Amino acid sequence: MDWLKLFQRFLPDFIKGAGVTLELTAVGLVIGFVLGLVLALARSYGPKWLKAIAIGYIELFRGTPLLVQLFLIYYGLPSVGITLSQTISAYLALGLNSAAYQAEYFRGSIQAIGSSQMTAGRAIGLSRWKTIWYVILPQALRLVIPAWSNEPISLLKTTAVVFLIAVQDLMAKAKRAATATYDPIGSYLAVAVVYLVMVFILNWGLKYLERKTVIPGFEMESKKA
Amino acid sequence: MAKPILTIKNLTKKYGENAVFHNIDLTVNEGDTIVIIGPSGTGKSTLLRCVNLLTYANEGQIWLDDMEITAKECDEDRVRQHIGMVFQNFLLFNHLTALDNVMLGLTKVKRMKADAAKEKAMHELNRVGLADRADHYPGQLSGGQQQRVAIARALAMDPRIMLFDEPTSALDPELIGEVLEVMRKLALEGMTMLVVTHEMGFAREVADRIVFLEKGSIVEQGSPDELFYHPKNERTREFLWKITELYGKKEEGK
Amino acid sequence: MDVARFLQYIASGTAYTVGVTLIALPSGLLLGTLLALLNVYSGKVSKWLTSLYSTVMRGIPPIVLLFILYFIVSGSINLSPFLAGSISLGIVSSAYQMEIIRGAILSVSGGQMMAARAIGMSKRQAIRNVILPQTLRLAIPPWSNEAAIVIKDSSLVYALGVPEILRRAPLISASTQEPFLAYAAAAAIYFILVFITSRVLDRLEIRLRIPANP
Repeated sequence: MDWLKLFQRFLPDFIKGAGVTLELTAVGLVIGFVLGLVLALARSYGPKWLKAIAIGYIELFRGTPLLVQLFLIYYGLPSVGITLSQTISAYLALGLNSAAYQAEYFRGSIQAIGSSQMTAGRAIGLSRWKTIWYVILPQALRLVIPAWSNEPISLLKTTAVVFLIAVQDLMAKAKRAATATYDPIGSYLAVAVVYLVMVFILNWGLKYLERKTVIPGFEMESKKA
Repeated sequence: MAKPILTIKNLTKKYGENAVFHNIDLTVNEGDTIVIIGPSGTGKSTLLRCVNLLTYANEGQIWLDDMEITAKECDEDRVRQHIGMVFQNFLLFNHLTALDNVMLGLTKVKRMKADAAKEKAMHELNRVGLADRADHYPGQLSGGQQQRVAIARALAMDPRIMLFDEPTSALDPELIGEVLEVMRKLALEGMTMLVVTHEMGFAREVADRIVFLEKGSIVEQGSPDELFYHPKNERTREFLWKITELYGKKEEGK
Repeated sequence: MDVARFLQYIASGTAYTVGVTLIALPSGLLLGTLLALLNVYSGKVSKWLTSLYSTVMRGIPPIVLLFILYFIVSGSINLSPFLAGSISLGIVSSAYQMEIIRGAILSVSGGQMMAARAIGMSKRQAIRNVILPQTLRLAIPPWSNEAAIVIKDSSLVYALGVPEILRRAPLISASTQEPFLAYAAAAAIYFILVFITSRVLDRLEIRLRIPANP
């Protein structure tokens, strides 16, 4: 079948592109994790003004498309003096975007751990921040895993738009294949298969992580995927 | 003369290897109130569900009047219009008012016109004493009230026979009476009823016949007097003695 | 750049975005509901096929699907990028909506179906009169989330050349020499659309709530 030949011919390219995609996902995930955690803590424990900023950030980044955020960073920022490369722009956009979603997951699990744990920690003399660091966060991060594991997969799929600012990810390679072979359907189908495989493996890995870290009897109500 | 409304012959139901009940023979005549008693898990509910074809038995046959409802060609939906069923957890339609709950079968299944359906529905709600709650939603009614609406819903279809699957087991004690009262009235009015229950007082007062089901088969059946005062089987006596301790004494002590 | 032109760009861009959403979301709902019903109430084969559809469609990035479907659709019929893109987005959304509706159907207790059958309703009647009315109410919160996602994903049709808001931004930025503002304006419009939609759906959920639902 023609399609198989196309797949074979461009496979090395696709694999390179998939590598870039995974890199984008990983970087975005890490930035999102750190920033998201900060935001969640700000929302749950910060003073009123900090809470407001956190909420504002989250609403903004969840209420607008990633593509717009990406363009804003890559095309818009230069006019205020900040010029970033395509890759850095992509990393930044993905990270900032993911942070908003991760913040909501973290907030949910922090809330679920709840004020009773805070009370318990303060009762033995721990300061507020010590309680957060030693009592609340360890539990919250464990609890959030099932819900949070939606994010890596979601992010992986989201990275696909960065080819529009010429980042050489998997989609970009698909476009190359399409122009070379005049077979857009075949090329994008081929790439769809690669994405599916990546998602499948990632999903499997996350389920494994979930199983390994589960504490019997310690689960969150909502597992809405 | 006694006319059989429901005839069950040789009915067997298995889940995998285990027989829930086997070789059940039972006849319900017009106007009879038959009460089935027995330890939990002996397939009493399953038996009722086989009667209105919500579940299928593995072997045996069931006739409604003189139509075999277990036959392959039989239209189940049609059959269920003639058999009324009241569930342990009421199962009222949550998104509808009491009145709409009772009317739904009339408008959608019997295809009655809206005003005729409303009239009939109000009549049934009246019969169970809830005409003034017609516009309440299930969530706004007590358990006893919900169950009475459920009874009205089943009655509205003018069934040949009413099946009651532990109708008071999910109710708080003080609400049981109002439901049993409705059922008592129905029996007196001549409705043919097949009731699964633990309420021994009801069984003793209202049943024409009591059927003791244990370990999947009918151990004994007879009139309340026969069963309570002259049980033929040792197991019957044991069970009734145990159960009357819990439920029957309540009635006597009144 | 005069204000009139600026506003006109914004207005027509927004119109396209709203248009894409208004085609994609309902078609996704229709298809998604149908698939969900097939998954829950039809036989084993239907269940397997619809589950497969859901897994595949949700495992591929929307933009990849958009491209594939767009090229397939415009290969066979002569449709504008706007229509082809909208329909493709609808198909993408149908997989997610299928899962939402499916979840809602399953949480309407099985007892409801049994009670409906007990008064002589056929499966179909039971679904129409008892299950779906309750399902659709339960589905509103997660669906509101999906609606927001579709509004945001409509920006993807940019890649197909549809003149929605994002496509307008470079034009605005070229004339005003203020790229940052141009893109910020685009962001603001999306934000407003998402915001309004969420609030409206919240209101709707409250309106449709069944009094004291157990």
